[in-house]
Amino acid sequence: MKYVDEFRDRELAEKLASAIRQEAKPDRKYYFMEFCGGHTHAIFRYGVQDLMPKNVEFVHGPGCPVCVLPVRRLDDAVEIAEKHNAILCTYGDMMRVPGTKQRSLIRAKADGADIRMVYSTTDALKIARDNPDRQVVFFAIGFETTTPPTAVAIRLAKAGSLKNFSVFCNHVLTPSAIQHILQSPEVRELGTVHIDGFLGPSHVSSVIGYEPYEFFAEEFQKPVVIAGFEPLDVMQSTHMLIRQINEGRHEVENQYARVVTREGNEKAQAMVADVLELRSSFEWRGLGTVPYSALRIRDEYAEFDAEKRFELTPKKSREVKSCECPAILRGVKKPTDCKLFGTVCRPDNPMGSCMVSSEGACAAYYTYGRQRAAAPAEEAAREGEAA
Amino acid sequence: MNMMETGGRSGSVDMTHGGGGRAMASLISDLFQRHLANDLLSQGHDATRFEVPAGRLVMSTDGHVISPLFFPGGDIGSLAVHGTLNDVAMAGARPLYLTAGFILEEGFPLRDLERIVMSMAEACRAAGVPIVTGDTKVVEKGKGDGVFITTTGLGVVPDGVDISGDKARPGHAIIVSGTIGDHGVAILSKRENLEFETEIRSDSAALHGLVAGMIDAVPTIAVLRDPTRGGLAATLNEIAQQSKAGMVLDEAAIPMKPDVAAACELLGLDPLYVANEGKLICICAADEADRLLAVMRAHPLGKDAAVVGQVVEDTAAMVQMKTGFGGGRIVDWLAGEQLPRIC
Repeated sequence: MKYVDEFRDRELAEKLASAIRQEAKPDRKYYFMEFCGGHTHAIFRYGVQDLMPKNVEFVHGPGCPVCVLPVRRLDDAVEIAEKHNAILCTYGDMMRVPGTKQRSLIRAKADGADIRMVYSTTDALKIARDNPDRQVVFFAIGFETTTPPTAVAIRLAKAGSLKNFSVFCNHVLTPSAIQHILQSPEVRELGTVHIDGFLGPSHVSSVIGYEPYEFFAEEFQKPVVIAGFEPLDVMQSTHMLIRQINEGRHEVENQYARVVTREGNEKAQAMVADVLELRSSFEWRGLGTVPYSALRIRDEYAEFDAEKRFELTPKKSREVKSCECPAILRGVKKPTDCKLFGTVCRPDNPMGSCMVSSEGACAAYYTYGRQRAAAPAEEAAREGEAA
Repeated sequence: MNMMETGGRSGSVDMTHGGGGRAMASLISDLFQRHLANDLLSQGHDATRFEVPAGRLVMSTDGHVISPLFFPGGDIGSLAVHGTLNDVAMAGARPLYLTAGFILEEGFPLRDLERIVMSMAEACRAAGVPIVTGDTKVVEKGKGDGVFITTTGLGVVPDGVDISGDKARPGHAIIVSGTIGDHGVAILSKRENLEFETEIRSDSAALHGLVAGMIDAVPTIAVLRDPTRGGLAATLNEIAQQSKAGMVLDEAAIPMKPDVAAACELLGLDPLYVANEGKLICICAADEADRLLAVMRAHPLGKDAAVVGQVVEDTAAMVQMKTGFGGGRIVDWLAGEQLPRIC
């Protein structure tokens, strides 16, 4: 497949692996947080970790859109579909995320709610046009990558005077989440999470540019390398991060230059700014309440805001108690540290959001990488026998 | 037979077509018997009588529900014939007879029904296996999805052949008969909301001819299975579990059309989990693999056959894969349906 295979080339991977081995100093460890689920997915699907020296480790970040959505917002979406009898349109990844009492959109659909999986906001608009007698709500989630299409849909709805279309807006912002992680006690004081640098978002940065990361690279003295989602991108970016650390630098570098510029997509940014504005705070699963970390619909477009169109009842939403998703999303724990992992909680019966999406750390671990968890145990057993 | 011969049938299925009266009788004689005609079906009994050869028989049944009903490379009719023939063939058997049960939804266009039945007739003729008895029911509008077809197949297993999912042993070679994912991508390309332009056609085909040649050459084949729903990944996991053995695949060796790879890339799907309807997986002793490959590649349905991995010792019965990139990963069971990723 042209323009894809080039970024998955085995020979280049081996060359990069050897460059990384040479660059990484054997007397220290390197911990890099890959912010995006897209990176997590690539690392596991292509087995990138196998090509890394033992002292280079990836810490999985919270950049999985469905993982960070708090249960209450999901429960609200179910309410919109069930109680208000609206057609709820959602991206596929969201379907299996468990809400309170394990109630997912797929479960609500089976119980009769009209929930439809769409590939784009255009599909949702079409459903609204085709069903003028029904309320149609687009369940908007995701980081800056998916935000512009939501803004466009709202503008189109307004231009077309669509009366039965609205958006349940849950768009969140990457830079504020990274800053929140860097300010967390686990990173700053307790030292329980070690992060030497970041593999920066790729698709998100194509929209917002890499300028927004310059502040905290400087402020927190952590290097950031904007990294593409292909496995060679991840390896090259890791090499760049190790080099920055070895040279005592903490800059924003752009490995994904074939797509990302410093300014980003200014047209898309302008469109988003026209329709959406900052929320003063927003709850994230795992990170808690993060100031100025999400977007809501501006008053000028209030008629398309599902939160204003429907009266949503306050809820006591609850996650599964022993699910470690929150700690995993902050990088404090690994999926294998959770006692539900692989036993009660599996991709076919997820207890928490991280086990649902293939971008979620738990699902990626379970689906692609659990042979590694088994291997060290066997090794340890063999060592024990030898001793 | 081409579409012109349907005589431009008009109208649609109504409840009387399932009522047991004249309308039903004429539907059966005009449409089903006309196209599917053979001596056994023409007995016209509820139960058809036929001779069976000596030896071991196999029987398999499969319900077919698919949307859309017509897709590039086939339709629900040809699929219902191929699907069951292949299930019979995967036991190493030579298929003898088929049955077909139809559940029709009120309002379903008779023209479409005829097109489907003609396609079944064509698939039966090509396969040399007749449909010997059948059944029709009509359900009210809204209680079906146009048409559902259940087919049952009966076949005979040649002496000395003993093929079974629990017979994979460490050291065995894993062969795939051709490119994977064609059927699933062809179907997706025609789904509502998802239409995209592709040259890919479903690989729907009857595999018993290919299988007969393989068994002639290597009667000791251990496992045969067609990787339909859940694709290569699900089928290999099934075999691994039944055989209590692990598998290691070589991603670079798995045959795949560039269009299928591209469509999956675009939709965020993993082609290892995408359905096939005209491919088989064969597991055999490593030293028989070359001979099998030669026989398979000489057959049009096996021209892209390749060894894609081997069976290994593993009490956890995991299917693992060396990625084309040089790393390793698990190829796990699929959890529910494949859902596209967001970012």
